[in-house]
Amino acid sequence: MIGTWNLVRLALRRDRIILPVWIIAIVGITLSTATALEELYPVGQARQQLSLTANTNPAFLAMLGPLRDAHTLGGLLAWRWGLLAALAAGVMSMLLVTRHTRAEEEAGRLELIGSTVVGRHAPLAAAVLTAFGANVLIGGLIVALLLGKGLPAEGAIAFASSITVTGWAFTAVSAFTAQLSENSRTANSMAGAVVAGTYLVRAAGDSAGDSGPTWLTWLSPLGWAEQVHAFAGDRYWVFALPLALVVVLLTTSAVIVTKRDVGLGLLPTRLGSARGAPSLRSPFGLAWRLQRGSLIGWTAGLFLLGVVYGSIAQAVGDMVNDNPLMKKVISAIGGSGGLIDIYLATIFGMIGMISSIYLVQATLRLRSEETSFRAEPLLATPVSRPAWVASHFLFAIVGGALVLGAAGLGVGLTHGLREGDVGGILPRMLGAALAQLPAAWVVAGIALVLFGLFPQLTGVTWGVLGACLVLTMFGPVMKLPQLLMDLSPFTHLPKLPGATWTAEPLLWLVGAALVLVAAGFAGFRRRDLTT
Amino acid sequence: MTYAISVSDLVKTFGPTRALDGLDLTVRTGEVHGFLGPNGAGKSTTIRVLLGLLRADSGTARLLDGDPWRDTAALHRRLAYVPGDVNLWPNLTGGEVIDLLGRLRGGLNEKRRADLLERFELDPRKKGRTYSKGNRQKVAVVAALSSDVELLVLDEPTSGLDPLMEAVFQECINEERERGRTVLLSSHILAEVEALCDRVSIIRTGKIVETGTMAELRHLTRTSIAAELASPPNGIANLPGVHDLKAEGNRVRFEVDSDKLDAVLKQLVDSGVRTLTSQPPTLEELFLRHYEDAK
Ligand SMILES: Nc1ncnc2c1ncn2[C@@H]1O[C@H](COP(=O)(O)OP(=O)(O)OP(=O)(O)O)[C@@H](O)[C@H]1O
Ligand SMILES: [Mg+2]
Repeated sequence: MIGTWNLVRLALRRDRIILPVWIIAIVGITLSTATALEELYPVGQARQQLSLTANTNPAFLAMLGPLRDAHTLGGLLAWRWGLLAALAAGVMSMLLVTRHTRAEEEAGRLELIGSTVVGRHAPLAAAVLTAFGANVLIGGLIVALLLGKGLPAEGAIAFASSITVTGWAFTAVSAFTAQLSENSRTANSMAGAVVAGTYLVRAAGDSAGDSGPTWLTWLSPLGWAEQVHAFAGDRYWVFALPLALVVVLLTTSAVIVTKRDVGLGLLPTRLGSARGAPSLRSPFGLAWRLQRGSLIGWTAGLFLLGVVYGSIAQAVGDMVNDNPLMKKVISAIGGSGGLIDIYLATIFGMIGMISSIYLVQATLRLRSEETSFRAEPLLATPVSRPAWVASHFLFAIVGGALVLGAAGLGVGLTHGLREGDVGGILPRMLGAALAQLPAAWVVAGIALVLFGLFPQLTGVTWGVLGACLVLTMFGPVMKLPQLLMDLSPFTHLPKLPGATWTAEPLLWLVGAALVLVAAGFAGFRRRDLTT
Repeated sequence: MTYAISVSDLVKTFGPTRALDGLDLTVRTGEVHGFLGPNGAGKSTTIRVLLGLLRADSGTARLLDGDPWRDTAALHRRLAYVPGDVNLWPNLTGGEVIDLLGRLRGGLNEKRRADLLERFELDPRKKGRTYSKGNRQKVAVVAALSSDVELLVLDEPTSGLDPLMEAVFQECINEERERGRTVLLSSHILAEVEALCDRVSIIRTGKIVETGTMAELRHLTRTSIAAELASPPNGIANLPGVHDLKAEGNRVRFEVDSDKLDAVLKQLVDSGVRTLTSQPPTLEELFLRHYEDAK
């Protein structure tokens, strides 16, 4: 472990901007949410109402988890922001660890460091320690802030720890995924899939209703963060689960580090084919080779997700039928069938945004091909620039449809089988899933425009996508002004199934996407190749 | 006389850096043209402009009688390129990359592909990520040489090759010359260019400072000689072209202008040569002597 502290210092120096931004954002949102909640839901009637909707509307349950105690500000804060803060800490930790381990190793810089006096485990240990420290700092600041607001110490510590410890859990997850694959993109995708997966699995558990598979929540580190019941019982013993996960994953990663060679993953590389397959003769043939793994993974993943949500949709209806009060409220919006539709519309909304990650990833492949000098030899052959861009962008456009279609298929099949009406339900679900496409295309279009006109800024797409996510999903709960929420393309989608179908907003979105795409293509035709 | 490449007054800036600063370059059809310059001189930038990967700020560039920026697809059918930084797709094998690039250019010569793989001792079944730097470069070289094209554009193709492979490479380039191909070969190693090229252009901070046949540029270079003689040297110091002579008993060390080498060696032989080492001039020395002062 010699050299670990030097490497920690190096990591802190390299992250001296991004890390404070993350920390300030997470802590700052905690403070502003607490303040906003105090104003939005003053004691009494408003909180009763909120508690009822929050705990019976499966869409809310899926997004935020249950509201365990509406009587205290702490309880409201834990419901409104606890899960999301844990998620944010997880994403921050994941990106940090991959940045300082696999990405460094891939770039060959680790070899440079490895040749100096540095222990074999030092790079991994340094990345993990840096991430742990950042999460502790977040936790500490939050405790101080909440105590300052007069919240009870026990709850504040439980709340802050659930964020810190979840950050640690995802630190360990990405320390592990970083060992599995040679390239940082794959390692990041794997860790990202784990983060998204854990959110969605607990969403399924939380919204399943009493008769459904509520245990799903317990399968997810984010579910554990909820199960701490901060400000509503403060079950400290739940922390044993993430801490155990951290120990297991870090030990495994440390063992792998000693077993493998620098620069190589655990998965061995075998000899391949000496000749190119006949399909490898066009830019599209190459793009297919490069992108098919990710496309297949996303399609399968979203199909499974669809299966999970489709199979709990009916339980959601039952939950409401068991509750006479809710039943009355719900009949106003079209009975339990109407409620299931609203639930599914929320689910498809989430699926739409998650699929956008795939579309952006598929588009930004263009940029990573360019910066790694792999585009250059291709563009020095008769392959034209538009043809090359199209070869990858096709995966965003058509691949995106496939990924969303798979989710619709999963929901439609399972929900249809349960209701005994596959023929009727499946097409509606497919339609609802595919209706997300225009908004996802707009996001892909933004990625392409940046690639074509401002290649150095392609990373901004992720920020844009994150902002759209926050605006559309949480805007209504945060009571944000409509004008602001309208900035996100997802806000304009009809809430299918259930809502009446209108083509107009979809056409506008498709039009916007077309303009962006055209600008992206034109921009790339004109510009220099840069790194 | 026809020209495969003719560039005049080319300017390319990257922000404050003037990477190309009024560059003129002509490459005749059928010749192997050395493009020589130290790191950061603008070799790769020139080549990227010629390939339509970068757009020049001003000046004209003609490539195979076309405009490199506008007629890219048509021109690229007639040329093959080996980039300076060869980066392969991690999960494609070398063989797949060779086939892909060859097919994109409109087909490759199967016989030559097999022959080149053998001569370069390259295993085409390995995945891109597992090749060493030199082997990645060989993949690009084999892909370029096994295509039937008129023009080869090679950006420091030998920077990762060992001496044995460097020799194979030189053989291959000589064969290409016999086939009548035009070759633009960038390098910062004077000896390599000397061994291969019909004509040479020397670039420095974005400008061509010398151009001509190797023989014409001979006056620019000096060879270092160290010899042990049978008898004390005499008269050498007075010969034209001899510089920095240091004599110590029967031993001498000196530098001699490469175009005066012949006369000096005769004189040495007259004194009886016991041992002789000569060091070829390097590009760095050449620059130090001829251009540093001019600054
Ligand atoms: N994309 C770019 N952005 C900014 N500066 C650049 C860029 N590409 C090249 N340069 C600068 O232009 C100059 C010429 O670079 P170029 O790569 O053409 O040199 P070179 O002769 O190929 O050098 P080497 O022998 O190291 O390959 C250098 O000063 C370099 O820093
Ligand atoms: Mg170069």
